[in-house]
Amino acid sequence: MASSSTKKSARRSLLVLFVVILALGGLAAGLTKWGGGSMTPSLGLDLEGGTELVLEPQLTGAETISEGQVNRAVDIIRQRIDANGVSEAEITTQGGKSIVVSIPGQPSAEQLDALRKPSQLRFRGVYVQALDSNATQVTPGGTPSGTATPSGTATGTPKPSGTATSSKTAKPSTSATAQNGVVPDALRAATTPATPTPKASTPTGAATTPAPAATEQPAPTAAETEAAIKAQTSTGLVGLGWAKAKADAAASKVAKEYTALNCAAPGALDKVKDDPTQPIATCGEDRVTKYVLGPSEIDGSEIADATSGYQPGPNGQPTSIVEVALSFKDAGKAKFAAVTKRLFGLQSQPPLDQFAVVLDKGVITAPQARAVITDGRASITGSFTIDSAKQLAEQLKFGALPISFALQTQDNITPQLGEEQLRIGLLAGFIGLLLVVVYSLLQYRALGLVTVASLLVASILTYLAVTVLGTTHGFRLTMAGVTGLIVAIGVTADSFIVYFERIRDEVRDGRPLVAAVETGWKRARRTIIAADGVNFIAAAVLYFLASSNVRGFAFTLGLTTLIDLVVVILFTHPMVQLLARTEFFGGGHKWSGLDPQRLGAKDVSRYRGRGQFGTPRPAATVGSARIAEGKVQA
Amino acid sequence: MINFAQVGNDLYTGKRSIEFIKRQKTWYAVSAVLIALALVGIFVKGLNFGIEFSGGSEFRVQGVSSSEGYEEKAQSAISDAGIQGNVISTIVGQDTVRVQSEAASERTDEARTALAEQFGVEESAVSASLIGPSWGQSVSQQAIRGLVVFLILVTIVMALYFRTWKMAVAGLVALLHDLVITVGIYALFGFEITPSSMIGFLTILGYSLYDTVVVFDKVRENTAEAFRTKRMTYSAAANLAVNQTLVRSINTTVVALLPIAAVLFVGFTLLGPGTLLDLSLALFIGIAVGAYSSIFIATPLLVDLRRNEPAVRELDKYVARHAAKEAVSASQGADQPAFVGADATGAAGDDAIGADGAPRPVHKYAQAGPRNQPKRAPKSRR
Repeated sequence: MASSSTKKSARRSLLVLFVVILALGGLAAGLTKWGGGSMTPSLGLDLEGGTELVLEPQLTGAETISEGQVNRAVDIIRQRIDANGVSEAEITTQGGKSIVVSIPGQPSAEQLDALRKPSQLRFRGVYVQALDSNATQVTPGGTPSGTATPSGTATGTPKPSGTATSSKTAKPSTSATAQNGVVPDALRAATTPATPTPKASTPTGAATTPAPAATEQPAPTAAETEAAIKAQTSTGLVGLGWAKAKADAAASKVAKEYTALNCAAPGALDKVKDDPTQPIATCGEDRVTKYVLGPSEIDGSEIADATSGYQPGPNGQPTSIVEVALSFKDAGKAKFAAVTKRLFGLQSQPPLDQFAVVLDKGVITAPQARAVITDGRASITGSFTIDSAKQLAEQLKFGALPISFALQTQDNITPQLGEEQLRIGLLAGFIGLLLVVVYSLLQYRALGLVTVASLLVASILTYLAVTVLGTTHGFRLTMAGVTGLIVAIGVTADSFIVYFERIRDEVRDGRPLVAAVETGWKRARRTIIAADGVNFIAAAVLYFLASSNVRGFAFTLGLTTLIDLVVVILFTHPMVQLLARTEFFGGGHKWSGLDPQRLGAKDVSRYRGRGQFGTPRPAATVGSARIAEGKVQA
Repeated sequence: MINFAQVGNDLYTGKRSIEFIKRQKTWYAVSAVLIALALVGIFVKGLNFGIEFSGGSEFRVQGVSSSEGYEEKAQSAISDAGIQGNVISTIVGQDTVRVQSEAASERTDEARTALAEQFGVEESAVSASLIGPSWGQSVSQQAIRGLVVFLILVTIVMALYFRTWKMAVAGLVALLHDLVITVGIYALFGFEITPSSMIGFLTILGYSLYDTVVVFDKVRENTAEAFRTKRMTYSAAANLAVNQTLVRSINTTVVALLPIAAVLFVGFTLLGPGTLLDLSLALFIGIAVGAYSSIFIATPLLVDLRRNEPAVRELDKYVARHAAKEAVSASQGADQPAFVGADATGAAGDDAIGADGAPRPVHKYAQAGPRNQPKRAPKSRR
């Protein structure tokens, strides 16, 4: 029978909804237990207290900033924040242009300045390069930034240095090869006297993790290592024309810094002083490799451009080698020629033939000089992927155009204020819900209870969804989000009203309730979907185009619109279907809200065929009397 | 309480009918006046842009025990911190003082300390926001871009959904109408416009359309029926649709406004200006105006737009001709059976049909129930 199949499908819908709720609840509980989530939605800064900064990356000059550059800028900010040791900071982009940084608590003025300062790119000679033993303990075999694989070093085309300067035939820039792979570094470090093997920074002597090299030769003590580093640095500095005494002093200082440096620790780079005239000890971007670097030899502002792509072969056809092509401005050309000339001379003594590109104290790449480059066009190869090459090129461009950050807004919310806002928001939501419940009970009587139940289901779904999203996608409920949720009560209840009014219309037309529910639903569904669709578009547009402080509003509005659809389809309609078959509603009880008499239904007797007229309702006699009168009564 | 069910019944059957379409000039005039007022507000009085648009600093001191002389206190604290210029301080909620000053960039911390000292609260009870001067501009740009994108998307969706661009146009006009009036109300009353209220304005667009879509859906249904049965003119069918959805529109609007009103009330009495209040105020005004426009503006406008379409004219002519014939036969005293299909809408059976296309009188045989005869198209059309 048709009605029993409707009943079945209604029950099935309710079951599906039940399963969905259970699954969401289970997910939330599971994430709480194992995934580090919580059973309450995570709160935004304005409810929890904290600081939100909106920074706009700016390039010097009239250059507009590209999206790739914004992403790199986010990386820079993230690195700076990590360096500050701030946990739980949240960094997002907004409108493809601004960067929103949310920090719990209140950062000091110095911390803010450190975040906002322009990026600095420098070229420095490499004196010592080794894996940080601390880091290897944390991440054994940790992959470096991915710019080179261990074996990728020797593939650089052996170009005669003499021709590279004059000939224009082949690409004259094939000269530098990225050299910061894990294994070569370790091996090279082992053969250099200045090797800091694991013992170097674990003075206790407990060599728990022997480095690959440590087996080959007895590991030097920390003091020996430091002395070796000092010697090497000093030699390097003298090679640059420093006075011996001055070089020694600087070298011993930097050797100490190097020993103390623990790249894996958060904030390691923060302590590093970036003085262009002095040698520094610093970390690679991978946070695994440690370096001692000479004073800055070329400033990033000398870079004219950096691009990435496949290296052209001798005949101009693309090869499979990914390169980052770097070109210098005029002043930089001469300096770069001098640097490569000196480094090329040291080719037999790695890592002294390398120069490091340092962005904001972190070494982003440290290629070897394979030729003397006088035309200012270098090509860095190695085992890049096209993506990592692109990333490196973007970073190098920051040298050409130092990025600085303009402070757009800074919002400082004390925890008390946040707590009060949340309390008031919840209070407002509760009052709003109560008003809607009262109104729909007045308007729809018992049918209003369905509204109440539907709103409850919608609230449960929303709560669970927001909680789960908070854990999985870092969604945080802000004040605007809470407002969106409250406003959504209205939107959700609206679709019930559209539906109920449709059913009433059908009842007015004289349909028995069961049929009225079906036809009413068919028509209301269209309207509800269209109306919700419009709302969802609005929410989506707001979400993608609006500023972050109201993004939460758009998000919750969109989310609840979807939930509204789910609830109407999977809960409200099946519920009404089932209820329509009960005596109370189907019989048109006075308080059911669907009383045909109260709705002034047309009491048209139905023609059943065979010359018989049906009497749809027990009150048919009254109905026909009314018809005879020709008046519609309440 | 008004018996909405009763009113709804009457509106549904057409027993009680409000001439939404016929008196369109009245509604247009009302809206024109409102829009004129709004424009005067916007361009003469000007909009009261919040601190977010001009740049500056805002401090909130919480837990102030006595509000006595708070203005002087705030002024002296801010100038102590070395910040020049005007200081605007207001009391929001019960014990919070809001202080707005020129941008305090580097002196934010000093200002917080000074304020905490002056008002005798912990420093942690003072929150500070600093808004850069270009922030408001970028927010406005985003809002305008959002507006344009939204309008384009919605026009496409509506045109696809209703399969007629005229509905989309009518909906959009109603939408702009709402937007202008809402912003105008902001200008006239001097409400502060913040990025939050801008978002509120954008949300209104969604809401206004929501209402319009509900009404248009019924209009489409009724007019399709009218085209099929040729028993009503286009405008009469549309008018009936608005009447039939009136209760629904009122209910949905009330239900949408109730929670917002709660937010507005709670936000106003307890919290003071902020995201909550800005958003809810914009939404409250906008939704109310939106409900008005979807009933009084959108549908009459749609009818006016379609009035000159050949199909609509033909329908009107047909109905008018038929009504005239009906009138003649009625005057002859003959109770001719009228055409009554199994049509569900508007066939209450007792209302007189005029030339305007209201329901026609129905023969008593027909009243007893549908007596459909197999229809056959006239010879010319076969």
